[in-house]
Amino acid sequence: MSASQEPATQRAVSAEIAEAAAAPPRPDGHPDRAYRPYRSTALRAPQRPLVVTPPSLTELAAPVFGAADVAPIEADLTRHHAGEPLGERIIVTGRVLDGDGRPVRHQLVEVWQANASGRYRHDGDQHPAPLDPNFTGGGRALTDDEGRYRFVTIKPGAYPWRNHTNAWRPAHIHFSLFGTAFTQRLVTQMYFPGDPLFGLDPIFQSVTDEKAQQRLIAAYDHDVTQPEWALGYRWDIVLDGTHATPPDVDGA
Amino acid sequence: MLDLTPSQTVGPFFAFGLPFDGGGDVVPMGTPGAITLHGTVRDGAGAAVPDALLEFWQTGPDGRVPVRPGALHRDGRSFTGFARVATDRAGDYRLRTLRPAAPSGARDAPHLAVTVFARGLLHHLFTRVYFPNHVEANAADPLLAQLDEERRATLMAVPDGGVTGPGYRFDVRMQGAGETVFLDLSVSGAPVPT
Ligand SMILES: [Fe+3]
Repeated sequence: MSASQEPATQRAVSAEIAEAAAAPPRPDGHPDRAYRPYRSTALRAPQRPLVVTPPSLTELAAPVFGAADVAPIEADLTRHHAGEPLGERIIVTGRVLDGDGRPVRHQLVEVWQANASGRYRHDGDQHPAPLDPNFTGGGRALTDDEGRYRFVTIKPGAYPWRNHTNAWRPAHIHFSLFGTAFTQRLVTQMYFPGDPLFGLDPIFQSVTDEKAQQRLIAAYDHDVTQPEWALGYRWDIVLDGTHATPPDVDGA
Repeated sequence: MLDLTPSQTVGPFFAFGLPFDGGGDVVPMGTPGAITLHGTVRDGAGAAVPDALLEFWQTGPDGRVPVRPGALHRDGRSFTGFARVATDRAGDYRLRTLRPAAPSGARDAPHLAVTVFARGLLHHLFTRVYFPNHVEANAADPLLAQLDEERRATLMAVPDGGVTGPGYRFDVRMQGAGETVFLDLSVSGAPVPT
């Protein structure tokens, strides 16, 4: 094994993060796919430039989802088992918008996350933290007429990963979103305000524009918090581009 | 214009969040005209990628873009045009669907739109699957027309004899020799680095 394959120190990775942050950020705020501090990009980021082409009529439309696809209980991740999961119960809500600020209506929002201990219900997760028999960590919802979604869940824990020595992910919830065009497809992660791990994390820092980073962080919102029950966070999501709204579907 | 929400990787642990039962069965087994599409996702070293997620979105044989819910809980009759499949330990995926047709007035040849997600991809990739039998339409397709023969071949499904109907292979090479053509579909069309 060559030296370059040995796990780097946090100090070395932090230096790479600082170097990448010094370059001008992409205007769209997305990360570059080839981002050295996140080691898994090395063999998975394309080396050739993307081929610019106009979207096809197929790509200008998007799949639609409706009541047949998502049961209301899927939005409450604390009620998928007989008992209550351990951890800090939270409400996460917000709106899905297009670039012009129009709501993305009746569209699918999917989430997945670690449990309160920072452990995923996944065979590949080797973190020696307990699984919670009352928490799976996957949820779905449809946005309403105003593009709003709302999940009830528990706050996920931070967890270690093997990108480098002593690498820890800040607490996050993975989000998957559809717009009204396939070109608007987005998978991203929502973070919690004030996390001490932000500066150290290659995935969060792959978004090198500080303002764009802030758009990944939910706001604590006391108006969303419910007395004697759960803390509230608000997080709005803006999808790429501007596209015509296709017809709504009955039952959506 | 609002500032958009940046992309982040799907990570390695999406298995209980995104894939769903029957995600690759856009039509049931035995459906007249059904085709199978399968292939392997490989990284820059040629190694199979066991933690990729592919989505396919397409018109039906009538050339219409489906506007029909029910992809997550298929009723066995309605064609939703949407598939989502994770790769297995060998990096393989498989779906069963109908042939796409070009919508009337489309400049594009019949194709499946594809998104590729994986650990190590900070932003998903778009690509397309085209079919070799549409010789004329492929020749006129605005994307295929701008590619040389070698790159164009990365977007072409290869007939390989299906089990219960016509079968095609479509491999995805994320990086390196034979790298799949990935697309910038941004409205502005301004080239951006990968
Ligand atoms: Fe995660």
